[in-house]
Amino acid sequence: MSVFEAELKNGRFVISECPRCQKIIWPPSEFCTHCFGNTIWRTVSEPGTLVEYSSKDGKTFCIAEFEDSIRVMGSLDTKTPSVGQKVKISSCGFDKSPQFTFSPEEF
Amino acid sequence: MNKVAITGYSDTKFSSDDIPIESSMISAVRLLFEQTSNLGQKDIDVVLTSTNDNKKYLAPIVSELSGIAPKISHNVENLCSSGTNAAVSAFSYIASGLADVALVVGAERFDSPGQVLQWDDSRGEFKHPIFWATMFTKAHKRKFGTTNEQLAYVSAKNHRNALDNPNAYNPKKYTVEEIMNSKKLTDDLRLLDCSRPCTGSSAILLASEKIAKKFTDMPVWISGIGQKTTSASFTKNDLTSIESTKIAAHEAFTMSKTSPEKIDVAEIHDAFTVCELMVLEDTGIAQKGKAGQLVSDLYNTNNKKINPRGGLIGAGHPLGATGISQIAEITRQLQGKSGKRQTENPKTGLVQNMSAAATSSTVLILES
Ligand SMILES: [Zn+2]
Repeated sequence: MSVFEAELKNGRFVISECPRCQKIIWPPSEFCTHCFGNTIWRTVSEPGTLVEYSSKDGKTFCIAEFEDSIRVMGSLDTKTPSVGQKVKISSCGFDKSPQFTFSPEEF
Repeated sequence: MNKVAITGYSDTKFSSDDIPIESSMISAVRLLFEQTSNLGQKDIDVVLTSTNDNKKYLAPIVSELSGIAPKISHNVENLCSSGTNAAVSAFSYIASGLADVALVVGAERFDSPGQVLQWDDSRGEFKHPIFWATMFTKAHKRKFGTTNEQLAYVSAKNHRNALDNPNAYNPKKYTVEEIMNSKKLTDDLRLLDCSRPCTGSSAILLASEKIAKKFTDMPVWISGIGQKTTSASFTKNDLTSIESTKIAAHEAFTMSKTSPEKIDVAEIHDAFTVCELMVLEDTGIAQKGKAGQLVSDLYNTNNKKINPRGGLIGAGHPLGATGISQIAEITRQLQGKSGKRQTENPKTGLVQNMSAAATSSTVLILES
């Protein structure tokens, strides 16, 4: 199990970053895609932005973008989605695949 | 670089048969031998298989079972575009002079492990292809005002074209209304917007210029090849255009000194209805945002120029066979041998095949 998966299992969404290149590596990897050095893991910054959404059987799912570079699909917990709205990670986990639920940021 | 021609082809019936992948491959090879003049096992220098099946050492196995002892034999796996990737490898062996004759056989089973890319964690738990297709569809609607009706025309056209393809998986005529009222999978995707996985095989025979005429009086030349991989993860994509296809098409047109206006007939990768619209736009066959109009015009004038075989939606999608079957169809069209689905006197054809949420694409230009 990768660091990414193990951390998700503990409810933390961590991302990989190259300390040398200051570059976020996504999808997560233990190697930098630029210099091939080892990446470090850190918690993602919130909020993210809603990029696109649709729904299946009444449940909304979406692509959210974090830190202007990390796009990820997850469930969206709102009745009024709108592209461009800010979203928080309300839960995450791992069961064969990463699982994310996002919800609109409250003001 | 030596010129390379397609000099033979075969297609088997696409089905839901539970048969070993080797049997499926051999039935395509047998048919290709039956349909190709003067072809003997000793003529073949290269045997390539294309499949996502988990069985190992398939190309040597197929060679042995076909009585062929080739110089080069190996499998090519690249998800849904395994077929065109194998064809490009075969082209390269001949163009470089390493070989003169290559047999490429693609096959898949209905339960292929190639249908879902488990690696892509950026898709979260939404790994099934319907989810990326839904995102493409929603984004295309948002940006270009594409309607459910326009999407349904893609499916109606390709299902209708497949009625004239005896090897299609489930040839059945559907009206635009029936498609729009078919089972709702997501808010932006209906069942009849989707191609279906199935069992099937296809084969092609490639040959160098010096030997091509031995096998056919009408060789069809591969005059342009473009391939591009932009990523493996879906979420790196722009949602309203397919960058990998755009780049691959540009390369293929440049190599063949042709242009989108010259394309008389095309097989394109309509894994979902929105894919046909995006590919028509990103190859330059339609203007950006105008493919929906083009497709409904093609439907209303009974023009079979795009996906005459029925595409993936009409003919079925046995992943490793799809690209080979697309090449076989365009070759047949350029030879004027497509029977009831023949387009009018085509000279230049295009094949577009792609993988994994359009993260990689192949575009081929074929000329008679
Ligand atoms: Zn680095």
